[in-house]
Amino acid sequence: MYETTYHRPKTLAEAGSLLAKSDEAKLLAGGQTLIPTMKQRLAAPSDVIDLRHIEDLKGITETPSGGVRIGAAVTHAEVASSDIVKRQLPGVATLAGGIGDPHVRHMGTLGGSIANNDPAADYPAALLALGATVVTNKREIAADDFFTALFETALGEDEIVTAVVFPKAEKSAYAKYPNPASRYAMAGVFVAKLGDGSVRVAATGAGQGGVFRIGAMEQALGSNWSADAVAGVKVSDGDLLADIHGSAAYRANLLTVMAKRAVAAAG
Amino acid sequence: MGAEGIGARVLRKEDRRFITGKGRYTDDMTAPGMGFAAFVRSPHAHAAIKSIDTSAAADMPGVTAVLTGDQLVGDGVGNLICGWMIHSKDGTPMKMGAWRALEAERVRHVGQAVAVVVADTAAQARDAAEAVMVDYEELPAVVDAIDAMKEGAPQLHPEAEGNLIYDWEIGDETATNEAFARAKHVTRMEIFNNRLVPNAMEPRAALAAYDEAEEHYTLWTTSQNPHVARLVLSAFYNIAPEHKLRVIAPDVGGGFGSKIYIYPEEMVCLWASKRTGRPVKWVADRTEAFLTDAHGRDHHTEAEMALDEHNKIIGLRVKTVANLGAYMSLFSSSVPTYLYATLLSGQYDIPAIHCNVKTVYTNTTPVDAYRGAGRPEATYVVERMMETAAREVGMDPAEFRRKNFIRSFPHQTPVIMCYDAGDYEASLDAAMKAADYAGFGTRKAEAAKRGKLRGIGFSSYIEACGIAPSQAVGSLGAGVGLWESAEVRVNPVGTIEVLTGSHSHGQGHETTFAQLIADRFGVPTDSVSIVHGDTDKVQFGMGTYGSRSGAVGMSAVVKALDKVEAKAKKIAAHLMEAAEGDIVIEGGELKVAGTDKSLPFFQVALAAYTAHNLPAGMEPGLKEGAFYDPTNFTFPAGTYVCEVEIDPDTGRTEIVNFVAADDFGKIINPMIVEGQVHGGLTQGIGQALLENASYDESGQLLTASYMDYCMPRADDVPSYKLTTTETLCPGNPLGMKGCGEAGAIGSPPAVINAITNAIGTNEIDMPATPEKVWRAIQAAKMPAAAE
Repeated sequence: MYETTYHRPKTLAEAGSLLAKSDEAKLLAGGQTLIPTMKQRLAAPSDVIDLRHIEDLKGITETPSGGVRIGAAVTHAEVASSDIVKRQLPGVATLAGGIGDPHVRHMGTLGGSIANNDPAADYPAALLALGATVVTNKREIAADDFFTALFETALGEDEIVTAVVFPKAEKSAYAKYPNPASRYAMAGVFVAKLGDGSVRVAATGAGQGGVFRIGAMEQALGSNWSADAVAGVKVSDGDLLADIHGSAAYRANLLTVMAKRAVAAAG
Repeated sequence: MGAEGIGARVLRKEDRRFITGKGRYTDDMTAPGMGFAAFVRSPHAHAAIKSIDTSAAADMPGVTAVLTGDQLVGDGVGNLICGWMIHSKDGTPMKMGAWRALEAERVRHVGQAVAVVVADTAAQARDAAEAVMVDYEELPAVVDAIDAMKEGAPQLHPEAEGNLIYDWEIGDETATNEAFARAKHVTRMEIFNNRLVPNAMEPRAALAAYDEAEEHYTLWTTSQNPHVARLVLSAFYNIAPEHKLRVIAPDVGGGFGSKIYIYPEEMVCLWASKRTGRPVKWVADRTEAFLTDAHGRDHHTEAEMALDEHNKIIGLRVKTVANLGAYMSLFSSSVPTYLYATLLSGQYDIPAIHCNVKTVYTNTTPVDAYRGAGRPEATYVVERMMETAAREVGMDPAEFRRKNFIRSFPHQTPVIMCYDAGDYEASLDAAMKAADYAGFGTRKAEAAKRGKLRGIGFSSYIEACGIAPSQAVGSLGAGVGLWESAEVRVNPVGTIEVLTGSHSHGQGHETTFAQLIADRFGVPTDSVSIVHGDTDKVQFGMGTYGSRSGAVGMSAVVKALDKVEAKAKKIAAHLMEAAEGDIVIEGGELKVAGTDKSLPFFQVALAAYTAHNLPAGMEPGLKEGAFYDPTNFTFPAGTYVCEVEIDPDTGRTEIVNFVAADDFGKIINPMIVEGQVHGGLTQGIGQALLENASYDESGQLLTASYMDYCMPRADDVPSYKLTTTETLCPGNPLGMKGCGEAGAIGSPPAVINAITNAIGTNEIDMPATPEKVWRAIQAAKMPAAAE
């Protein structure tokens, strides 16, 4: 690790001003990507601004419309064990409970995951499939606009994710096939039927450009919410990732299989 | 057996310190004025070094020195060596390219060290290492052994034309050809044995301290064999004569073979400690471990098995190309030859075998012995061939093995080895019973209802352990003898110190060696301490590898115990005025048989040291040493049965049952043996399903971290069912065969045979990743559309 200066702001405003003052600062949430990257000397931030002690970023609450608001610094373990999330968004609870291992789940956070936008991370699929809204210290951003490319988001330079608001959903479920080594998603599919009856399906781990929606599956499930309806939907492998762990064709197969399993789990 | 004697499940004495974090590893050692080393490593697989500019690095904060290969050579430090001479079939010696601890002219694999920085802190050393400017001219690289032999392939070493190190053979080619000429059936397979990274939990480390006044070095390091390290550092690398070099291997967190060898980094720390005048510490990070610890396996084999009309095997023909990486590591030459081809007879009576092995250089990390070392590769060839041959001739795979088992001993194979004892049918029967082989069909049908493909696979392995009879290995090219030494020191109060040349880096010697003493003298293991891993304390030893600590190391202890016992009996007989032949040892006492006369063991020890009343002419004291040189290898063997369920949608394999029936001869501590088998099986399953060192064409290691190199985790393996059968090894006093490597040797073919059984193919390579299995299932479904 290179030398860096560590900051522990108590308020969002303080964090924002620290961020604005530094050219090469990095925000530290759960640190599950940033710290290993720094230890390997692949990142050299001048300043590290720790968001883990800001009260405004914590807490899980039900919104008046039946959705769920989750603070950016809420850990995966807290999401997985939240009664509100389990009741309202069981797919999100399942997803959070399957991220990494217990150590990762007790350190890693929702805000850190989506701000990093790793193409194999789980949360982006939930946000996109549920049509969630990302709340920052400056504005609100629709999930459809938030994830822009691999490891890239719509966040501005001095912008900090403060919460994610998920709308009410009738059904939600997530199924992933983990990379045997890293246990990140090689193909993860989140299926959602929203309060307005619309169906959205998002895939992670498999796309060359990161998380993406699978329109053909949304159409199939819109008219017939069943595992059989997606069984015949093949995802074109043209835009899928290929690496030593799985070819694009294999990932395409996994997307269909995971979609079937997610729909079956959603009931 | 007593409560703590041979055969007792004594809890590990060393675990108190390991579990409470009180172990003392090399990185826990400090020395006054200690500096830290960081190595500058090649980012290229193959490149000429045009220049190395150390000036910027030398000016950085805290830097003591920046040293390069030119200085190393200038100081007379020798090249690294391979200590086992192999001759090609044309009689020429193997072609060994020069390997410098710091390369000055041409790097040949990613991660090769070209310079070292010594600084006040590890971070400063690393910062400065990044500031060393190396101007490389990249050269074309080759990573695959077959490609390396092709015309026009990049050439690594001027000594080795065509990158060929040796072209070696064993067995009777003519007799083998004749067997194939009259064969009723021939089974042919192309078999790959994937390259593995050892991944000991503790990475390699060294702390070297030079005492200028005494001209004496001390090296603390992660070694499986500190005396061999001292010998090689003295005799070949000119670091210091042996009496001026102390090597200490304190607690060591796993080795699996990778800590047998002398590597550049440990040598450089010694040299740098004299050059800089300060002790120098280096601890590998995990990336360095991936790039520089000797890798394992990496064979490409074409094998043919000839059967007669009764389905008896009459011949085996094997051609193997082994990838040794960029340089010849310390024992690398012996692994694909005498540790591999000599086991190709397996458990079977095969009258004619011929094997040709070519080893080649490539631009990859050097390859050497890794848990099993040659024997897993042999077992994998033989046991995949057995399964496939059985299927081709329509025999049950268990019955096909049974039909071809060796049944009388000693048995001379056509490939050097003379098996001394065994009962292969007993372990096959035990395994089939534990696996409920008869009920497999029912389980397969039930799995099919759940949409799963269930398969079962066998592996009847044999290994040559107890390495090794010195005269025999000497005649085959080994540069060292492979005996072991021990010393038993009984203190005046009756406590006992056992000094052994074996080294424990996870094996539990402090417990099992103490059990030998408890068994012999009836004293508690708490009154016994085991001393090992320090060249100043133990006179000499060959270390621990090749499942040798029990069969060889303990045999030396037994020989020393015999001498101690004889002397103790003489003293007791004298003190109790009885005949020496009437003295027996029971429950910690020396008794006169048939009387009520007895003396506690400690009183006899005390008498030996007070020397007030000893038999006439006897020397005082109670301390004896012994060297034990085995007369043969030992031959652990057994049968493993693996049962898998495969998800056809994803290709994921789940091991739902795994049975191991092993014959290790005499077992000292069944709990520790089970732990060894669990670990070995898990490594073997890792090789079969998960692990693979994968290089891209330019020679970059794609799997250089746990993000991509898949180590087995607890949820990847089942709860193992273990059972043992016992035939005693006639060659050593306790009848031990060794258990450290069996699991890793026997399990990979059992797993692959189960997978191929489940999906109805004979062809799948390790690691059988979900995608490979899924594709094989797709291909089996619709051959024409297979990609």
